[in-house]
Amino acid sequence: MNNISIFFSKIGHSIKHFFKYLFKAQNENNPSYAKKFIRNNGVQSVITSLICILVGLLVGYITLLIINPEGAASGFQTILLNFLTFNRGELELKYFAKTLVNTTPLLCCALSVLFAYKAGLFNIGASGQYLVASCITLLCSLVLHLPWYVCTILAIIGGAIMGSLVGLLKAYFNVNEVISSIMLNWIALYVVNLIIKKSPAWNDSVNETFNIAENASSSLLPTLGLNNATGFAYFGIGLFVAIFFAVVVIIVLRRTVFGYELMATGFNRNGAKYAGINEKRSIILSMAISGALAGLGAPLFYLSGMGIYTCPSVVPQMGFDGISAAFLGGLNPIGAIFSSYFLQHIMSAGAKLNTDMYCSQTADLIVGVIIYLCAFAGGLRIFVNKLSNGEIKFHFKKKKNRPQMLKEDK
Amino acid sequence: MLEKENYILEMLHITKSFSGVLANDDVSLKLRKGEIHVLLGENGAGKSTLMSILFGLYDPTYGEIKINGETVRIKNPNDARKYHIGMVHQHFKLVECISVLKNIIIGVEPFKEYKYVAKEKPSLKDGSSFWKKIIHFFKVSWFYISQGISKFLDICLINKLLTYLNKKIFHFIDYKKAREDVLAISKKYHLDIELDALISDITVGMQQRVEILKMLYRENDILIFDEPTAVLTPQEIDELMKIMKNLTSEGKSIIFITHKMKEIFAVGDRCSILRKGKYVGTVNIADVNENELSDLMVGHHISLELNKKPANPTDVVLDVKNLVIYDKQRKIDKVKDVSFNVRKGEIVCIAGIDGNGQSDLIFGLTGLESIKSGQILLNGTDISSYSIKRRNNAGMAHIPEDRHKHGLILDYRLDENIALGKQNSKEFSRFGFINFKARKQYANMIIEKYDVRSLFGVYSNVRGMSGGNQQKAIIGREIEKNGDLLIAVQPTRGLDVGAVTRIHEQLIEQRDLGKAILLVSFEMDEVLNLSDRILVMHDGKIQGELESSKTNAREIGLYMIGAKGEKHE
Repeated sequence: MNNISIFFSKIGHSIKHFFKYLFKAQNENNPSYAKKFIRNNGVQSVITSLICILVGLLVGYITLLIINPEGAASGFQTILLNFLTFNRGELELKYFAKTLVNTTPLLCCALSVLFAYKAGLFNIGASGQYLVASCITLLCSLVLHLPWYVCTILAIIGGAIMGSLVGLLKAYFNVNEVISSIMLNWIALYVVNLIIKKSPAWNDSVNETFNIAENASSSLLPTLGLNNATGFAYFGIGLFVAIFFAVVVIIVLRRTVFGYELMATGFNRNGAKYAGINEKRSIILSMAISGALAGLGAPLFYLSGMGIYTCPSVVPQMGFDGISAAFLGGLNPIGAIFSSYFLQHIMSAGAKLNTDMYCSQTADLIVGVIIYLCAFAGGLRIFVNKLSNGEIKFHFKKKKNRPQMLKEDK
Repeated sequence: MLEKENYILEMLHITKSFSGVLANDDVSLKLRKGEIHVLLGENGAGKSTLMSILFGLYDPTYGEIKINGETVRIKNPNDARKYHIGMVHQHFKLVECISVLKNIIIGVEPFKEYKYVAKEKPSLKDGSSFWKKIIHFFKVSWFYISQGISKFLDICLINKLLTYLNKKIFHFIDYKKAREDVLAISKKYHLDIELDALISDITVGMQQRVEILKMLYRENDILIFDEPTAVLTPQEIDELMKIMKNLTSEGKSIIFITHKMKEIFAVGDRCSILRKGKYVGTVNIADVNENELSDLMVGHHISLELNKKPANPTDVVLDVKNLVIYDKQRKIDKVKDVSFNVRKGEIVCIAGIDGNGQSDLIFGLTGLESIKSGQILLNGTDISSYSIKRRNNAGMAHIPEDRHKHGLILDYRLDENIALGKQNSKEFSRFGFINFKARKQYANMIIEKYDVRSLFGVYSNVRGMSGGNQQKAIIGREIEKNGDLLIAVQPTRGLDVGAVTRIHEQLIEQRDLGKAILLVSFEMDEVLNLSDRILVMHDGKIQGELESSKTNAREIGLYMIGAKGEKHE
């Protein structure tokens, strides 16, 4: 008995010392490990994103409560857990794989947005670039039956041209990239719809394109047995290609002279010019790369075999959700992987909401609310940063004319 | 016990720490009514922090602020305004695209008041013509109607209501009253100003006057001038000194931050000195001389005299022939047919009043702006069509005038900034990848050699560094580029005496090593002390070329205003 109590007191003692070690400042210039940890950029990003997600979920829950209090709890559970409510291992795995495939284009759009953002540009036209790439993918696979890598490369080039158009306008005519890219979204939509409807890829009888899995199986992405392992027939290497490019983006931005120059242009165009950087080239190139990244999403999605183009009458949400995903991921490519998965998880769960209790728009509303709050991550980040540096202090009790501490005379 | 003095402002034992680093350590400042109190200190000595605390931008860690003997707490600039503290910032806080009057009243606009004002009845001279009488009839009827309505509104309290609503909701501005008030103030303090001009159209000196009027319009008693003379011409500085004297004679108290000894001795009454965040002491200016003050400031003896050997120029490095630069917006030539050369081992200075084409000339030389015609020869090759990168590679180094706009990427770290302009060189890149180790080593070398002080060494954020240290980093970077030609535009702008001397020494050292140096400066002392040849620019032309050993400030001044020198037409 005695031994055990000593044992526990020792453990308690060491835990206490561990915390003391964490929170005690090392010396005057070096703050404690805990403070260092909280001041770390990455940690701050993660904290910010988590706060955003929590607040978004909370507001979503409240919305559900307002619309129909009875089903709120179960509805909220559906949205949060999605396929994890199925209680069958293989089914859960299958739907997990499906969500991952759906995540792929969203991740690409998020990468596109964040790359442009790092170069000081706001690419709202990821949707348009994605559309053009989709068109090229569909034509290359359904009509020309080209192998997947050729389709992918051509689609990327299409996206890049679309992006560089915005960059050209910005560099030479000083057209705001937000305006031109959002306009080009619509131009892309109608042109793509026109081309697809006139092409042999269009199946008039069902009013959508032919199924790639059935009609152009030679163009499908390699699956490497992943489809059998997960039980989801369309799960291929698409996601891994996207993740590979996320890593490439990190390396380009942080490790190369090219990334250094792009980011310098983004921070200070005049300074970049002074340093001998061709800032017009930088702008055009960064928009082209941004467009290429958005374009990458289309082949990775359609060539999984799952995608069917239906000629929508509005610009797809993909590019705009990419903005949310990029910001929620703390403008970090690796963060974007997780944030775009989370968004896709929520979005596909919305469709599973009980339609007896909630009308079909409710799911969109909730998801919209959550995504909307996720976009606050950028602003909140500054706040968290200031908080951790002690620049903002909370005065819980407001006193009038609080006497100031006088430094004691020695 | 000593007799208690009446101070209008006392800052006692102010201590401010930024995440463990003390920016102010037990600093006390006592301001008498009606004095000009100079605040002196090196760059980064904590002057700006102290003033920011007074202005409510920072909260002090310890210490108290007393105004007229009462302890107050200034939480934000609005509080500062409440206690009648006003500040002229080094970089003016004016709205470029609206008029002077609107800039002055911004934030404290007088709202229109509606009330009955008895007016004079229009009168008619005897023997007027028939038509005059008819007009008079209408005038009189309008007089009765308007006065009647006005009186009626007053009696029914509708005017009161309108005034109240305007104050709370509508906010119609009474420009007439504002104009009268501002004119009254400008007359009282002899501040000539054009009220309807746009800020973007008036000179820097005028803008400063607008800032001063802004403070006076807010009825401030404590005025802070943060390096007000850094951007002014000699004439404008004299004018400002006069204005400051005027202000104190009217009972205002001034805190004056400056690095220029001449100004301190011209207007200062007392001087408080800060050194590395610590309070050194307060002296009466009448009791000390220049050297004593600078010793107090730096903490050890520095010599203000430059040790300069006569120049020994050899080959021509930069040869500019008939350079013309065109302004697309104003549709005039900014630089008109300028020719000069710079030789190895000499410092050539372009003097002149700000805005006479010096900046544009430099932009043209460095490639930031395209030229209309003419030739720029660097070591015999025409570089006028080269890109900036090629010019840099050809041996041109450039210390830019605006360090925030051109010289630095403020969001980058110090080492990244030190590599700026050399990012593509073999030294820092391998197959397009950055060589982090070499870059860090190089940055550390420059930090050590040029005494760049910052919190976290190469990893410190440049935005958070003091202006002087930012400038040192740029100067180190450009000198170490080892080009044949060094173009330095205002290299010592806003730096303290010690740093200025050091930079001057470094420039002279470079000259003696055989570099060609082209200097642009608006400060007469710098022009005279540092240069071997002086080119004076006026209205886009080179008005005259002078040997610095054979001229004086007066003569240069005459060239500057165009009163002397060759006429090109």
